[in-house]
Amino acid sequence: MFVNLYPLKEFKLPIVAECINPDIFQGKSQKEIEKLGVWEGNKQKRLGELFKVEVVKEEGFSETTVITIHGNASRVRRIGAGMKSGEIIAKGDAGMHLGEEMRGGKITVYGNVLGWAGSMMKGGTIEIHGNAGDYLGAPYRGSTEGMKGGKIIVHGNVGNEAGAHMKKGLIKIYGNAGQFAGFRMHGGTVYVQKDCCGRAGACMTDGTIIVGGFLESVLPTFTIEGVRKKVKIEEGEVVEAPFYLFLGDLTENGRGKLYVAKEPNPHLSHYEKLL
Amino acid sequence: MELLIKNGFVYDPINGVDGEKMDIAIKDGKIVEKVNERRAKKIDASGMVVMPGGVDIHSHIAGGKVNSGRLLRPEDHFKDFERKTAITRSGVGYSIPSTFTTGYRYARMGWTTVMDPAMPPLEAKHTHEELSDTPIIDKSSYPLIGDWWFVLEYLRDGKIEECARHVAWMIKATKGYAIKLVNPGGLEAWGFGRNVKNIDDPVPYFRITPREIIRGLCKVNKLLNLPHTIHVHTNNLGKPGNYVTALETMKCVEDLAEDNKPVIHITHCQFSAFKGDDWRTFESGAEEIANYVNAHSHVTMDMGQVIFTDTTTMTADGPFQYILYTLSGNKWVNHDVETETSAGIVPFHYKRKSYVHATQWSIGLELALLIKDPWKILMTTDHPNGGPFIAYPRIVAWLMSRKAREATLKKINPKARSRSLLPTIDRELGFYEIAIVTRAGQAKALGLKNKGHLGVGADADIAIYNFNPETMDPSKKYKALRRAFKRAAYTIKSGQVVVKDGEVLKHIEGATMWLDVQTSEEAKITEEMKRRFKEYWTVEFENYPVSEDYLAISQPITVKADV
Repeated sequence: MFVNLYPLKEFKLPIVAECINPDIFQGKSQKEIEKLGVWEGNKQKRLGELFKVEVVKEEGFSETTVITIHGNASRVRRIGAGMKSGEIIAKGDAGMHLGEEMRGGKITVYGNVLGWAGSMMKGGTIEIHGNAGDYLGAPYRGSTEGMKGGKIIVHGNVGNEAGAHMKKGLIKIYGNAGQFAGFRMHGGTVYVQKDCCGRAGACMTDGTIIVGGFLESVLPTFTIEGVRKKVKIEEGEVVEAPFYLFLGDLTENGRGKLYVAKEPNPHLSHYEKLL
Repeated sequence: MELLIKNGFVYDPINGVDGEKMDIAIKDGKIVEKVNERRAKKIDASGMVVMPGGVDIHSHIAGGKVNSGRLLRPEDHFKDFERKTAITRSGVGYSIPSTFTTGYRYARMGWTTVMDPAMPPLEAKHTHEELSDTPIIDKSSYPLIGDWWFVLEYLRDGKIEECARHVAWMIKATKGYAIKLVNPGGLEAWGFGRNVKNIDDPVPYFRITPREIIRGLCKVNKLLNLPHTIHVHTNNLGKPGNYVTALETMKCVEDLAEDNKPVIHITHCQFSAFKGDDWRTFESGAEEIANYVNAHSHVTMDMGQVIFTDTTTMTADGPFQYILYTLSGNKWVNHDVETETSAGIVPFHYKRKSYVHATQWSIGLELALLIKDPWKILMTTDHPNGGPFIAYPRIVAWLMSRKAREATLKKINPKARSRSLLPTIDRELGFYEIAIVTRAGQAKALGLKNKGHLGVGADADIAIYNFNPETMDPSKKYKALRRAFKRAAYTIKSGQVVVKDGEVLKHIEGATMWLDVQTSEEAKITEEMKRRFKEYWTVEFENYPVSEDYLAISQPITVKADV
């Protein structure tokens, strides 16, 4: 079953639409989908009042539901929250909390997303072809329940605190990352292909952070362990370049691994004396 | 306004009514003999359970540390929020709900009186502002007196009468209701980064022991004729092997009891009933405590039941919260309140699969079921320490149904299950006993004369639950029971219907009760005292007492003291 959603107007108010979820759409008719409740600002509305809904059922197609959002949904929050199966494709921007607490399935965004994409996710895949906002895969403010599984791939840049409190899973960023990447990480992997702002891995206790580009400074609470020739990011993806390996964060008695590429970071060469 | 509740199965233990089908008449917020049947508004309660409004002896709902807890835990709130309706205000909740939500949620379950058990005197104004903002329920607060410098000095010098006059002034100044002791002596020690280990350990710089503080304040309580006994959170709380301390605390005031009347209330006793040398050999000490309580009549206690959920622990016991922080590694708040007490907050998740947590869950229920007299053991979760108060319906189900206990036992840690006493306990409480542990017993222990019963002259605080004890067996239909207690069919507060079918119908203010303790001679506020206020407190002495206009509805209770 394919469902197409076309925004009926340019949204001015925040929309909370956790009903845009393949598990909820599954087996429903167009009318039933249009009747699902959403919030526009402080008003309860029906999905059909904000989106044109088009349901295409193809003979012989497998049972999974594919939802495609055509147009700008940058103000639509909680798309795919808690989804377990199926697929969502956004051909434009998406709002905050995309795929929050996701357990399975796939979300692809051909635009940018705002904060908390993949927040607290446990499984599935999110692929973002544009940029992502702050708190990528991080829990809600104050919470310590970070990402516990799944994979997030961002082809653009991301904001601050990507992968905070992460326990398991993988975040791949092919652009630059903001401050505090992997803040309070307990496990899993964060890979930043390009540059990373400061304080990477602050308070991490375990897990791996790989920085392929420029990193201004390594926190003083990290200790150098050695130089590695290559680093494995996941099955089938290995970066072959010399990397400094730091361990930390020692303030938390951590043994997290911070790999920083050697070539773009000549200012870190003084660490080699300590080896 | 007149109201008549017809044909309900009434459970009113204070007046000895056990499930009789009868009518209850209400006029002007009080229960009366009868009303004009034609004019009165009628509520058909046939096939329903009618009880006095619930009373909670120990629930942290307002004040400095509750508010700090709210700030510390935004994640507790974003998943549990209440939208505004035409009648109620919006709010956030779960383990530390905002004031308005607290009032609505208690009312929805049929609870109408709640006591906040820990008010640092310095933060009394803040506490009363929050209590005034808590709608519907009547409430009150206990000032923390066990580590107050002046009290420690009076007790050390053996000046019991001066101490009593000072405490009377304190209770009046802070608009409090009872004497609260938390880890007596230990909190003062915490100001110096230390703690006391047992009740005969001296408090640093004061040459006094916790035993002397407990006994001293127990005597003060008697001299002042306060309605409630001293409310004690024992030393060594939350440490393996502490059931010995709890027993010693109860024993140390044994000789002060007269006419079989209680002289001490041990609060959230589950946290004080641990056996073993460390967390690996940790075991339940519920049996020893229950045996002692069964043989003595000078103690009342409450459960402090643990619920398997994510909650926020908060107590004035700063050193204990520090230990909890080192155990859990979670974020925390911990501080010393100048010369008075301390406080700590640590978020905590009780897990079914953890041996210690599952044993703690078992201890609470063991205590409630092994203590034979329900008037001695009251139902609480020590909200939010053992779990949020919205879990009360689940505890009621566990107490009333063996089947409900077994359903949970199946899911807990296997080692804890094999060591738990619960599978060997067949006892199931009836509605009469539930009415005691949730309202009548609590009101009696608190000395609230107009609460917790449905006799003529009592406040018309009534809860009606849609559960027919004639056709349904609570021990089998425990899920229906849980639903009935979660959403009361009706909650009536001061003669007004405030909740119907679990929805709040009306927003009314609840009163704040406080004790106006009248001593024959006023406490002397000496120049020396004022000087010390200047030196050690951040507020001037003149700004310290809470004036009555801080209370939305002030309800003073006059007490004539013997000094």
